[in-house]
Amino acid sequence: MTFLLRRLAFYLFTAWAALTINFFIPRMIPGDPVKSLVSRFQGQLSTDAIHSLYVLFGLDSDDSLWDQYVDYWRQLAHGDLGLSFTAFPSPVSEVIGDALPWTLILVGVTTAVSFVLGTGLGVLAGWRRGSWVDGLLPVTTFLSSVPYFWLGLVAIAVLAGPGSFFPSSGGYEPGLVPALDSIFLGSAVQHSLLPAATILISSMSGWILSMRNMMVTVAAEDYITVAHAKGLPERRVAMSYAARNALLPNVAGFALSLGLIVGGTLLVEIVFSYPGLGFLLFRAVSAKDYPLMQGIFLVITLSVLVANLLADVVYLFLDPRTRKEG
Amino acid sequence: MSEPVLEIRRLSVDYGLGDSAVRAVREVDLTLHRGEVLGLAGESGSGKSTLAYGLTRLLPPPGVISGGQVLYHPVDGPPVDVLTLSPAQLRAFRWAETSIVFQGAMNSLNPVHKISTQLVDVIRAHQPGLSRPARLARARDLLRLVGISADRLDSYPHQLSGGMRQRVMIGMALALEPQVVIMDEPTTALDVVMQRQILSQLAELRERLGFAVLFITHDLSLLVEFSDRIAIMYGGRIVEQAPAAQLYGAALHPYTDGLLHSFPALRGPRRELTGIPGSPPDLRAMPDGCAFHPRCPRALAPCDSRLPTLGPPADDPGRAVACWLHPADEVVAR
Ligand SMILES: Nc1ncnc2c1ncn2[C@@H]1O[C@H](COP(=O)(O)OP(=O)(O)O)[C@@H](O)[C@H]1O
Ligand code: SF4
Ligand SMILES: [Mg+2]
Repeated sequence: MTFLLRRLAFYLFTAWAALTINFFIPRMIPGDPVKSLVSRFQGQLSTDAIHSLYVLFGLDSDDSLWDQYVDYWRQLAHGDLGLSFTAFPSPVSEVIGDALPWTLILVGVTTAVSFVLGTGLGVLAGWRRGSWVDGLLPVTTFLSSVPYFWLGLVAIAVLAGPGSFFPSSGGYEPGLVPALDSIFLGSAVQHSLLPAATILISSMSGWILSMRNMMVTVAAEDYITVAHAKGLPERRVAMSYAARNALLPNVAGFALSLGLIVGGTLLVEIVFSYPGLGFLLFRAVSAKDYPLMQGIFLVITLSVLVANLLADVVYLFLDPRTRKEG
Repeated sequence: MSEPVLEIRRLSVDYGLGDSAVRAVREVDLTLHRGEVLGLAGESGSGKSTLAYGLTRLLPPPGVISGGQVLYHPVDGPPVDVLTLSPAQLRAFRWAETSIVFQGAMNSLNPVHKISTQLVDVIRAHQPGLSRPARLARARDLLRLVGISADRLDSYPHQLSGGMRQRVMIGMALALEPQVVIMDEPTTALDVVMQRQILSQLAELRERLGFAVLFITHDLSLLVEFSDRIAIMYGGRIVEQAPAAQLYGAALHPYTDGLLHSFPALRGPRRELTGIPGSPPDLRAMPDGCAFHPRCPRALAPCDSRLPTLGPPADDPGRAVACWLHPADEVVAR
């Protein structure tokens, strides 16, 4: 318990530091960044958008830095991340809120499926090492070293195209109104197949390899020999002794990869123009939409921290050695 | 002498296959009698662990048994060759008839499961009919047997001291009341006080329960008071075997003599500690003749060319030695 509290305190501190840096960065840009932005956009910005920029860069008032800082936290507490100026007048929180579910569902589901399948296959490959399963290892090694986006580009080039079942971009048929009906959901699933397969194929190999290697390492431990010597059924030795111990690093890796869901598959979303957070960040950066960028970074930072905390909790749960008495 | 419970016959174990194979155990003949403690001593690398792993078929790759028999005599029924048991028969045989306490005592317990889980799972695997409360009660008894309070059942291995963990392993080894318990350097990682405690407890348990022990150690002095008979291993072969007192009183093989002068005796007369000059033989380049001859202070003419066989010396049929100083009778006794 004390362990968890210590970690929690650490993450809270990290979150505070990240958010504080988020506050200072726009204020440290020398000169008048708003003016240069306004001139770059050549009158395309509304006055409201310009005002929101001034607020962001702390150039709107004569308040002291401290007052601005307090204000910043007050706004955060209300979920107010300012106004996006590419999607003006939508607030940043709303723009992010629209994109987040796409990423969470696509990448979340594929990450979970890839972890479960990959770990399962890794257990098998590790336990039956020396059998035909080992013949598949070079393939998985190759796949795990191929970048996501490259696989995505290949998938689009080969499978998508005019008349193909697989759409090459977007999250749903253009013109459909997002709603929880069968037409829209069907279209969304159809659009998610290629990006999902891309992520699945290239991330699953990593789980297979790491689990297989851990299984091989653990198989040489004394307690595995003891388990055999006890005459326990093969299944029990493989699962309850070998896999149970080999799982520890993989599960921690899984918890961490959950934190990367939000930002980690940016390139896949870009390749497929998928309406998720990664693609949104890409557009925000190209359009120099500072409030939006800031908001997305904030979401990414927080999700990484939450995932770290989750990894700690999971580890605590799975490995009694991390539990301290009292 | 009582009847045999485990007969190892001409057992050979190789590491690797074909040309790259090295032979770590060479045609070993060794008999363990019902209820006795047989000590097996030898320098590290002499093949003691390999022998133990081989006869229980637990050899890690690339170890393979290249010949021999391991006859186990059940309490009732004809002897079986452990080396020819089917996988299912082997699983049933393991732990129920022959259990092992390993050298790596510290890592013998699975770190993620409670002590109770690890005591109970072996009982459940072999006695599926037993109810859960009965299994737990048995686990509690086992802990008490080795002097650990029953509330330790819910502990994880890392919460126990090294000595306690080794006691748990000894308790676990007795879970199914096997006829044979093999112990491979069970106390090597412990301090001397703990060693003594565990050994005397083991002796007492053996009195009470009557299992036979094959006790393996590199420290011959440990065996002298604790075992009934002692076998000495060198270069993968048994080079001498005798009742403990006789071996201690008058070692016939120069290697045994060297071992006796390598460790301080726990009791009895002090010996000068001289150790054995030289180093153990390289398995890939075993000397011809007696493997010990390059290090032997008393080597004779035939020593570097002809292998001495293990057999009783002329004047004492109760022991056996493989040394040209004590040529065996032609008939090799078992
Ligand atoms: N896994 C292995 N692969 C190859 N050689 C091994 C292996 N394990 C043991 N050996 C060799 O077998 C010989 C006997 O080892 P071991 O049985 O562990 O001796 P002891 O238990 O008497 O110290 C040693 O020379 C060792 O190098
Ligand atoms: S056979 Fe010869 S070399 Fe070997 S121990 Fe006896 S005397 Fe020494
Ligand atoms: Mg050993």
